[in-house]
Amino acid sequence: MNDAMTQLYQQVILDHARERHGYGLVTGHAGESFQVNPTCGDEIRLRVHLDTTGPAPLLERVSWEGMGCSISQASASVLTDLVRGVSVAQADELAETFRELMNSRGRSLSSAKDEMLGDAAAFTGVAQYPARIKCALLGWMALRDALAHALTQAPPAEEKNGMNNDD
Amino acid sequence: MSTTAEQTLTAAELAAVRADFPLLERTVRDGQPLVYLDSAATSQKPECVIDAEQDFYLRRNAAVHRGAHALAEEATTAYEEARETVAAFVGVASDELVWTKNATEAINLVAYAMSNASVGRGAPASAALAVGPDDEIVVTEAEHHANLVPWQELCARTGAALRYLTVTDTGRIDLTSLDVITERTKLVALTHASNVTGAISPVTEVVAAARAVGALVLLDACQSVPHLPVDLKALDVDFAAFSGHKMLGPTGIGALYGRRELLEAMPPVLTGGSMVEVVTMTSTTYAPPPTRFEAGTQMVAQSVGWQAAAAYLAELGMPALAAHEAHLTAHLLDRVRTIDGVQILGPSTPEDRIGAVAFVVDGVHPHDVGQILDAAGIAIRVGHHCAQPLHRRLGVQSSARASIGVHTTIAEIDYFAEHLARVREFFGRP
Ligand SMILES: Cc1ncc(COP(=O)(O)O)c(C=O)c1O
Repeated sequence: MNDAMTQLYQQVILDHARERHGYGLVTGHAGESFQVNPTCGDEIRLRVHLDTTGPAPLLERVSWEGMGCSISQASASVLTDLVRGVSVAQADELAETFRELMNSRGRSLSSAKDEMLGDAAAFTGVAQYPARIKCALLGWMALRDALAHALTQAPPAEEKNGMNNDD
Repeated sequence: MSTTAEQTLTAAELAAVRADFPLLERTVRDGQPLVYLDSAATSQKPECVIDAEQDFYLRRNAAVHRGAHALAEEATTAYEEARETVAAFVGVASDELVWTKNATEAINLVAYAMSNASVGRGAPASAALAVGPDDEIVVTEAEHHANLVPWQELCARTGAALRYLTVTDTGRIDLTSLDVITERTKLVALTHASNVTGAISPVTEVVAAARAVGALVLLDACQSVPHLPVDLKALDVDFAAFSGHKMLGPTGIGALYGRRELLEAMPPVLTGGSMVEVVTMTSTTYAPPPTRFEAGTQMVAQSVGWQAAAAYLAELGMPALAAHEAHLTAHLLDRVRTIDGVQILGPSTPEDRIGAVAFVVDGVHPHDVGQILDAAGIAIRVGHHCAQPLHRRLGVQSSARASIGVHTTIAEIDYFAEHLARVREFFGRP
């Protein structure tokens, strides 16, 4: 298959798409979000589980279920590994950095940011395909939304949020 | 051309057709020749269509039905001649053809006119179009959202109920569900050919069932008019909607066919300039159809472009083109059907279907299928193709779709099939 495709579909992405970390919803969550990408019908339900015993809340784990393309599934899987045990503020920073990567048109970010993103840096190539950026962002949007719900104790949004491009 | 309905286009004729489409010469994704298999979403345009639009702007541009200067007269003539050509292409009179923005707007035009009739606008003539809580609208599970959501909305506004004909596992309208058409049915809206399964609907049977109870029939002819000879009078439908851009014409223009008596009875939807007779500070009388439904400055250049597209197709000959495309469709189905791990949604043999072929690949999401083909220069559609209920009915979330156009070749289909056959391996599916 051609180089552009092996660039886009890095081995990390293919592996995570096949073996999705964090897959399967777990109860005892502090917040939940359901997101759909109406263009292709991809959807994800993601829960955040907080550890509030310390001074600042920690993101103990993420659990999720959903269906979608390899990019969206792998992105949610990588996210699960990345945010395990980090503070809510760090999770937010990761989400923001990943968004920046998706807006980078395929250029890598600074090496510090790259390092921070870990396996998620493998999605650099996705930013060259505008139609796929939404796929990679779906899980991250769900994470931010679920955290927002957890922190405000608001009931989870059942409605589709944010993305709209029904064609 | 000299082809008959039995023949397909000769190699020389097909080469000549391809030469008419400048865009087909371009490459994509680092120099790959473009293989455009997405004509069901929108068609590419032959040079004559582009020229016609350009020529209008270069030489005849003016607002139509406004003013009496020479240019305004020429533009108005061009606009009305375009209407005659497109109307004749589908076998109707030109005063029964209303220009709209696209097919979606054409369907909404009927739904909103019925809504307006339901609150007494245009009464008493419009009474036949009024609906209320005792009435039902019937659609099918195979519809594009454009022929479903406007009816959901009409029902929500008027209290009418929405019922539907079901589809079989192979995506055909299930004639055993025809009994949802009853004395309560006011209108049956169905597609002529599905943009997902390619299945051609049993229009004769549905029209007969509707006629038996006095219901109106609206046909979504978006996917049929570009590929088959369509005679709306012979089909005996009351309304039909189709779009210019799917039949080699420009974007920004579509049409609603309505039987003359019905259009005459229909209250206007968009109101304002151009669609009126006498306006006072308190009331207005409306122009006869089709002008009544064409408020505001119109898409004149697009109408001229669409006329050129219809003339181009008529010159190729729709029976010959349909025979040619049937041959290509049979080949496409054969190739896709025989790839391991690929399932076709809808009929897998070429009878009573058009060349839109949706499929799923075991273990590989349609988006990923499309991406791999795109890297080889092949343009297909992925997603739910604006038909979520139909996908749900067929047990999948989304699909990939290859659809042929007048310029599609057997070699392109083979190239597509070869790349499709390698997709599962790329994603490590055994
Ligand atoms: C069967 C069918 N109906 C309706 C439409 C809507 O057409 P348009 O988007 O041109 O209004 C389409 C195409 O998108 C279609 O394939």
